[in-house]
Formats: sequence, structure tokens, C-alpha cells
Amino acid sequence: MSQAPPTTHDRPPAGGRADATDGVVRVEHLTKTFGAGAGAVHAVEDLSFEVRPGRVTGFLGPNGAGKTTTLRMLLGLVAPTSGTATVGGLRYDQLERPAHVVGAALEAASFHPGRTARDHLRVYAPQVGVPDSRADEVLALVGLSEVAKRRVGGFSLGMRQRLALATTLLGDPPVLLLDEPANGLDPEGIAWLRGFLRALAREGRTVLVSSHVLSEVEQTVDDVVIIARGRLVHASSLPDLARLARSRVSVVSPDGTALDALVAAQGWTVGSTSRDGDATAYELLDVAAPQVGAAAFAGRVELHRLTGHDVGLEDLFLQLTAAPGDASPAQDAPPAGASYGDAPTTHAPQGGER
Amino acid sequence: MMRAALVAEYRKLVTTRLWWILLAVMAAYMALIAAGLGWSLSQDTTTTGTGDEVVLTPDAVVRSVYTVAVSLGYVFPLLVGALAFSAEFRHKTITPTLLAEPSRTRVLLAKLGANGVVGLLFGAVGTAAAVLVGAGVLAAIGEETFLDSASTWRSIGLSVLALALWALLGTALGSVLTNQVAVIVVVLAFTQFVEPIARVVLGLTSWGSRVAAFLPGAAGEAVSGGSLYSATGMTSLLSWWQGLLVLLAYVVVLSAIGRITTLRRDIT
Repeated sequence: MSQAPPTTHDRPPAGGRADATDGVVRVEHLTKTFGAGAGAVHAVEDLSFEVRPGRVTGFLGPNGAGKTTTLRMLLGLVAPTSGTATVGGLRYDQLERPAHVVGAALEAASFHPGRTARDHLRVYAPQVGVPDSRADEVLALVGLSEVAKRRVGGFSLGMRQRLALATTLLGDPPVLLLDEPANGLDPEGIAWLRGFLRALAREGRTVLVSSHVLSEVEQTVDDVVIIARGRLVHASSLPDLARLARSRVSVVSPDGTALDALVAAQGWTVGSTSRDGDATAYELLDVAAPQVGAAAFAGRVELHRLTGHDVGLEDLFLQLTAAPGDASPAQDAPPAGASYGDAPTTHAPQGGER
Repeated sequence: MMRAALVAEYRKLVTTRLWWILLAVMAAYMALIAAGLGWSLSQDTTTTGTGDEVVLTPDAVVRSVYTVAVSLGYVFPLLVGALAFSAEFRHKTITPTLLAEPSRTRVLLAKLGANGVVGLLFGAVGTAAAVLVGAGVLAAIGEETFLDSASTWRSIGLSVLALALWALLGTALGSVLTNQVAVIVVVLAFTQFVEPIARVVLGLTSWGSRVAAFLPGAAGEAVSGGSLYSATGMTSLLSWWQGLLVLLAYVVVLSAIGRITTLRRDIT
């Protein structure tokens, strides 16, 4: 399988299409309950967020968080219990030519194994409203030209992912919704996908990529929407999320004046500070415990506690999405037990702050 | 959009191997049955299963040979139609199908239309196999083939139509039963055991015989006007247009059930 170049489109950017859409994906108070009574499953609960064009947005959450159900509601496959999910202000079934507005790949297994890759695409071409030759174009885009005439039954998971992506591109849509597109891709495939999605976003498209692993999409996404147990836990740009993941050091000294002076002299960012009698406690950001320890030793400041907390993005993600009881409420608080006095407010329940 | 949906559904059918395998088996099976039937019916036409004395006219014998696909081969178009929906659910292609065409009513109508076209193909091939081989055998043993008679050709044409209707009925049934194993079991059990036995049992009484005429298999035979069962005096048949309406009624009712059950559910 050849690797197609990441920049692939020789078409006008998403703005200049006949199918007018602002490309904004909007989910408002979306709720879905499967079943009723005691056995009812609350798959999605009062979920609101917004996805903007020209960016790759990671739609993140552990398995079972409600990502796929949300995408299926956006696509008219699952009827919401309440709330709305729209693209460019319209429900999927209100779009005149849906495949020219939204391209969606929900599972890598949506193929008849006995059909060839090209035939699979040619099945959908008439309804998408493109000539059959478009099938070969999109196969070339995803690097599957050489296997166009092979039956999908013999495809690897990675090839199926590419074919699913090719299917979404048939109508050259300005909005792409991809459910776990990196599943089953080898590292080379993931690198290819990254470049491909970035190129699509650069063309002005809206790209929403779901994943249950933040690290998988960390290098691809501009924005993140994180959900857990059907609810929004965080929505912001990736840098804003990363800011939550700063390393912290807690330090306590019986000599408050000396510690104050040390912190001021070193120019450390103070997360929070408190005094308990003579003891003074500091939460310091963006600094590691050995640095603080060395500076205190050199400055002859007595320390009674020195604890470093290194919070990586993935740790942060796990803490945000942890079940209640595992940690402090993840809904609106940063990592367990942390007190970020000056942590920027990045939570955007309505998704409007980005 | 309806045209595009029809083309898409038609391509779904013809881009897999199932259709031509079933078509080839049907053609071979019909040829075999027609050969045997052409020979045996013209040898012994005076006794029936119920012991009544029935003297068949030669053209009735010939008609039941030419339309044997309607009596015994309808399971093939029925099966092709019945698998149209279950294949989508089994391989989860129902998702891209509904993404390409969000109107579920249109998807259902397109599947009926496309399967109707493929049903016509099955009808033409199955009937042609029976006519070619049946007529060949009749000619070989010196019997009249009645191929110069307009009523024979009318029966042949109606046989094609009846078989196409069976593909529609299968599609409608498939919209209700989307589990592939379940729909295959139901189709085979009903066509091979339930209806044949029901027709024989109901045929024992006069009211039962009237009820039996409304069974789908009997209605299909009524359309083509030639019946293996009625030729042997087992059951009475409706007129051809009544049979047509009965089959269409099955299609409409089953499609409506499919639309308000299967096609109203969440696709997860």
C-alpha cells in the first residue's frame, strides 16, 4: 500500500461550495436514554459543545462515554431523547445533499466483504451525486489505488480505515466526522492520518475525530471536547488543556518569610499559598521538585514538605474522565486534590469560548 | 434522488456474488424439474393425490411445465429479496446507506424497486430455463409444445411477472426480519414445508381450499395460471389479477410493518 502525500486536494476550499454551510457542528442539551425504567441507560446527558471549521477537534472520552451515540445522533441514525445536534444549523435529515456537507465514518467494519473497494464506493456514488470516476479519485487520496479491485474481505483493519475515510470524501464535504479513525493503524498509518487530517482542516474543513486515547490524537488536534459518562467534562483548545497539565510542586516551610523571599527571588509561578500558624505552604507551577529543593538548600530555607506532581496530558485526561469516587468530581475540577489558584478558566460548557 | 437510490440499491445487489450463484442454481434446478415434469406429466395424467379422476388437457400439462418456476422455483427470487436488508444489517452497511440517503422510506422503496428489477431477471432466466428444456423434452418425445399458442406465451410472461413479485415479497419480508439466519430459516421453512403442507391439508375441505388460494405460493401460481398443484387437482386458484393483488397486498403489508419497526429504530 503506497503512502499518499498528506496534501491531497486540488479542489477549492470548503467555503466555495454550492452547498452553503458554515461548517459549524453544534450539539445543544443533547440527551439520549436507551430503554426505560430501572434498566434505562443514560448514554448522553445534557451534552453541549461546538466544533468549528478550519480545525481538527478531538472528541475524547473513555469507551462507553457516549461518543459514538453522539455522532450517530448528529447523523440522524439515532433519535435524540431531547436536545439538538446540527451541522450548519440543520439536522442531518434536513440537509439537501447530506454527503456534500458531512462525511462520516462510524465503524471500520461497514463493508460487505464480498464487494471490491471500488464497487463499495460506486454503490454510494449515485446517492452522493458524483460520477463513478470519483471512486478512483478518493481511492488515490487515501492510497488504496492498487487494491481498488480487491474484495474488502481480505483487507487489513488499516486498509478498511482508509476505505472508510475514502467513503467520507466522496462528496468532498466541508465537515468530517470520524469515529476512532486511528484504530488499527500502524504507527506509519497514524502519521499518515495525522498529516491527512491536518491538510483537510487547513482547507477550511471542520474535522471531528473521536478517540478514547488522548495521546493518539494529541499531535493532531487543535481543540478537544472531552466527555465522560455522557456528560461534557472539558472543552477547550489543546494548549488550554495542556495548561491544566502543568507540573506542580507543593512546598511547606516553618519559616514563611524565608520561603516568601525564595519564591520571589526565583520568580516561580505561584498556584496558591496558605499560612497555618508559622508554617507557610506554596503550590508552585511549572517547576520540578528537585529545582525547588536545590534552591531551598542553597538559600538555607528549611523545608518540611517538598512534593512534586507531574501531570501529563494523559494523566489529566484520565483524571478528567475518571468515574466519580475514583477521584474528586471531574466535571468541573482540575485533577484530583489540586488547587490551581490561577489556572485559566478553560471550561466552556456551551463550547462558546473557543 | 429516488433514481440515485435505485441505482445504488441495484449496484448493491449486483456487486456481490450471491445473486448470480442463486440465479445459476435456479436455472439449473428449473431446467432439471421441467425436463422431468415434461416427461412424466405427459406419461400419466389421470390420477391425482386425492384420488379424483382428472383428465388434463395437453395445453394445461404444458403450461404447468413452462411455469414450474412459479410453483417450485420462487424461493430463489424470494431469497434474493429477503437478504437485501439482512445483508445491510449483518455487514453494518445500513449505516453508510442511511448516511447517503437519510430518508428511510426512500431506502425501502429503492430496495423494493431494485429487487423488483432483479426479480424480473430471475423470472426471465428461471422461466426461460423451464421453457427451453421443457419444450425440448416435449419435442423430443413427440409431444405438442404449444409454443405457437398465444395463451402459452401469456402464461410464460405472467410467470416472469409472478417471480418478480416474489422478489418484492422477499424484500418486504426482509425489512421485517433483519437477522440473516432468521430470514433464511423462515423463507426455507415456509416455502418448502409450511405452505405446501398447508395447501394439501386445507385442500381437503372446500372452505379450506378457498383459504389456501390466498396463501402467497398459491397466489403466485394464480398469476402465471399454471399450477403444479392445481394441475393435479389439489387446490383451486384465484384468477391471475386476483393473485397479483394478493401478492401485492403481502408486499404492502410487510413493507409497512418493516417501515414502522425496523426502519424506525435507532441504528446503533
